[in-house]
Amino acid sequence: MQFVTAQSTAEAARLLAESGGAARVLAGGTDLLVQMKSGMVEPATIIDIKKIPGMMEITEEDGGYRIGAGVPGQMLGEHAGVVALWPGVVEGCELIGSTQVQGRCTMVGNLCNASPAADSVPPMVAANAVARIEGPDGSRDVPVADIPAGPGKLNLKPGELITSIFLPARPKRASDAYLRFIPRTEMDIAVASAAVSLELAEDGSIAHARVALGAVGPKVALVEDAARAIEGTTLDDAALDALMAACRAACSPINDKRGTVEFRTQVAGVLAKRAALIAKDRAGEKQ
Amino acid sequence: MNKITREKGQFKVVGTRVKRPDGIDKVTGRAQYGADLVVPGMLTGAILRSPHAHATINSIDTSEALALPGVKAVVTRADFAALDDDEMIDIADNCLARDKVLYHGHAVAGVAAKDAQTARKALKLIKVDYTPLPHVTDVDAAMKPGAPVVQSGRQEENVQPEHSENVTGYCEFGHGDVEAGFAKADHIIERDFKTAAAHQGYIEPHACLASMTNDGKADLWCCTQGQFNVRSLCSAILDMEASQLRVTASEIGGGFGGKTTVFIEPVALALSRKSGRPVKIVMTRDEVFRATGPTVSSSSTVKIGMTKDGRITAAHAKFRYQGGAFPCATYSFGAQAAFAAYDLEAVKSEGWNALTNRPKEAAYRAPGAPMAIYAVESVVDELTQHFGLDPLEVRLKNAARENTKAAYGPTFDQIGLVATLEAAQKHPHYSAPLGENQGRGVSCGFWFNFGGNTCVTMNLNDDGTVGITEGNPDIGGSRASISMMAAEELGIPYSDVRTIIADTSSLGHNDVTDGSRVTFAVGLATIEAARDAIRKMCGRVAKIWGIDEDAVIWEDGYAKPSGPNAGDFEPMSIKEIAAISSNTGGPIAGHYEVNADGAGVSFGVHLADVEVDPETGYTQVIRYTVFQDAGKAVHPDYVEGQMQGGAVQGIGWALNEEYIYGEDGVLQNAGFLDYRVPVASDLPEIDTVILEIPNPGHPYGVRGVGETSIVPPLAALSNAVSRAAGVRLHELPMSPPKILKAITDRG
Repeated sequence: MQFVTAQSTAEAARLLAESGGAARVLAGGTDLLVQMKSGMVEPATIIDIKKIPGMMEITEEDGGYRIGAGVPGQMLGEHAGVVALWPGVVEGCELIGSTQVQGRCTMVGNLCNASPAADSVPPMVAANAVARIEGPDGSRDVPVADIPAGPGKLNLKPGELITSIFLPARPKRASDAYLRFIPRTEMDIAVASAAVSLELAEDGSIAHARVALGAVGPKVALVEDAARAIEGTTLDDAALDALMAACRAACSPINDKRGTVEFRTQVAGVLAKRAALIAKDRAGEKQ
Repeated sequence: MNKITREKGQFKVVGTRVKRPDGIDKVTGRAQYGADLVVPGMLTGAILRSPHAHATINSIDTSEALALPGVKAVVTRADFAALDDDEMIDIADNCLARDKVLYHGHAVAGVAAKDAQTARKALKLIKVDYTPLPHVTDVDAAMKPGAPVVQSGRQEENVQPEHSENVTGYCEFGHGDVEAGFAKADHIIERDFKTAAAHQGYIEPHACLASMTNDGKADLWCCTQGQFNVRSLCSAILDMEASQLRVTASEIGGGFGGKTTVFIEPVALALSRKSGRPVKIVMTRDEVFRATGPTVSSSSTVKIGMTKDGRITAAHAKFRYQGGAFPCATYSFGAQAAFAAYDLEAVKSEGWNALTNRPKEAAYRAPGAPMAIYAVESVVDELTQHFGLDPLEVRLKNAARENTKAAYGPTFDQIGLVATLEAAQKHPHYSAPLGENQGRGVSCGFWFNFGGNTCVTMNLNDDGTVGITEGNPDIGGSRASISMMAAEELGIPYSDVRTIIADTSSLGHNDVTDGSRVTFAVGLATIEAARDAIRKMCGRVAKIWGIDEDAVIWEDGYAKPSGPNAGDFEPMSIKEIAAISSNTGGPIAGHYEVNADGAGVSFGVHLADVEVDPETGYTQVIRYTVFQDAGKAVHPDYVEGQMQGGAVQGIGWALNEEYIYGEDGVLQNAGFLDYRVPVASDLPEIDTVILEIPNPGHPYGVRGVGETSIVPPLAALSNAVSRAAGVRLHELPMSPPKILKAITDRG
């Protein structure tokens, strides 16, 4: 097994392309090392990307933030600017793993692990975050929503890696929230999850919304109907009922050891309702 | 017989909260656990496990594995001795499968190699030819005629013919005319219950290091609850004389009953014998879940009749347990414990054991009792709701007391149930207001406790300090408690006593650490060993003073003349006696050997408050109080720790812990991510109230406290959740999907 500390994205992309699928990218390593120890994967090459310039940085860009692929959850949670602009994304990212894991785990790693239950992905999708991809053919920007292809599968070409996530600027009276259901309070995987991002109009009603659900289908789902159900409303009971119904209609979960179809569907609606109310409160506080 | 020699108010050391002797080592990482020993020339052992839930082994070809460079030995069941005792054969068959693999993860072969990587490669090179067989993992399915037969020829004669061959045992306890009793009831409730198998969840996986030399002498270092038991089992399986196998128990990272047998130890010994090198085997967490013993899963039916003023007129329970692929007796403990808290005129308690294609169950804290008492306490609670009665009042009205004839046969001596119930009634927790979606649950709990074979040596050191040698691993603070009882009896400070755990060549046989026996039985033997040493010290002093031995008494660490008639002598301290012992007859030691009886039963009552989220079925435990009779709490911190630990394990069992099997008979959640033990943030502070109703069978009144505490949480939680959710639950664990479904179905 070979361990390479890549010095540039070009080098990392070249190594990935040359490996023919036998290489794995290492950022925080909180998924990769566990998979290696349990014998799930035996990569021929490990490409450490943390030393590539920019990977460990959060930079302001066009009123939003560009977050390097090596930035751990702990660092993101301590960045006042990102916390103020996208609190829902930060709370999703901060739910990855334990306190110890937070010192290493990254949003990009969480995205690339391609689990439908990944905690940082629904809020990134709700935020309309954009992933920057570097590969043999150069650089391209793709919405995070379009990255997952199914459990364990990504829409990335051979040799491509995600180098950063861009969280866009947003109006002043806007916020977001993420909630997941786990049977415990910590150290668990989402049985169902929901992220809601909202912009308020002058009158306090919802001008624009994005709703994303996790763990209730093969990949994180952006639920347009759920957003339409609350736009123009003040989240009155009827609007919340419509939100829940739209979310439940968008669920296509499986029965497994973590939960039933029935349970996941029902709870996804409840979480979306509660996340919407939190996001609205947060947005309303920003006068 | 009343053995009590020291009453409340007479203790100087016992009952205080002294520093634990293993604390520094454990918090600094210096304590040596099973996997921590490293010796020169050591090989790494690994186990090949069955990929099938049930299959015939046609052949095992180890030639390719042996040919791999770095592989030093491969063993299979053929490397074990021929055995004739059924129980021993079962234990050996569980360590390495014989003709069939009986569950997914069942050990088939062992490999020793120069490193872990080579050992893992070698496992892949062992060719096992299997013929898969139909399997069964559910207890009710296993009992039905026509079910796949796990092992044939294991049925006891008293099992009714309508059951499948998997049903190995049947038992029945009780007294009185049950039908006449039901006829007197104002209301009868009969319900079916299910509980899932729960694992002990000890943090330290099984680990051992075996070293056998060419002359047949062997040393085994391992994490276990009983080194003498390991020696008995391994020496039989390896066909060795016990004297040639020395077993040393490491520090132990939790056992809870699960480390009272052997899994990897005989394999490591066989590998060491074959390779001529020391061999270490350390299980992965996955192996711990798949191949060591969880407790049984159960299916039960409980019927209880009550008058409108809350008197139970009759009770009848049927408990169906599965303990995996080998016969076990846990069902009979459940059937016996079920109604222990009640003084009943008419009661019948029946139990069955069924074989399934699951790992062999191992003891887990009060084995068999929690699931039986869960079912009984659930029905009692539903009856109190039916009549609108107070749950504690009803339990007090029917409570077992001194001279109550228990459903399982004996007549109780002095017991603490009523005192415990009254303490719960008076506690502010019981009258605290509840909010919306909140409920309060009550349950009693009980465990028999045990004494058993015990042997202790007390050595007086040159400087008058004391060494205690005992033979049970310290799994719950026994080194501290034993030192305290020695200090108390000798009248010296706790800091002058050090207790160590001996290997099997350094002390006589001690039974495995189970039945909450150590503080009781080893404590009793320690007190007696101290008395033996005191007699010898008084004898030496009598010689010096030139008076009769019985004219010398022992008080507060000094030999003194018994009174004015004995003569006027300056009292001699233990230090002075030790200093001149070489002039008075040589070293001084005390010994005691006993098969201890008189382990007093222990009762507990738990109060649990929960809040259930009606939209998600999520349960939050918001307040929890444990009331338990400890007889005499030797070290209250440890006693409270046992009460809290049992409560937490029971809460996990009640809410989320379960062995989940797929259609293929494969365990789906063999890890702590999906086998959900509670994490610290899931729990409130577990409040504790220690009751002290002395056990007449112990000089200080001590009762075992380690097991009773896991019994009440199952029903306490179920009763609380049922009241909070407004719908009665009959199945554990009460995971959120089940609670939400019950709420939704209720409408």
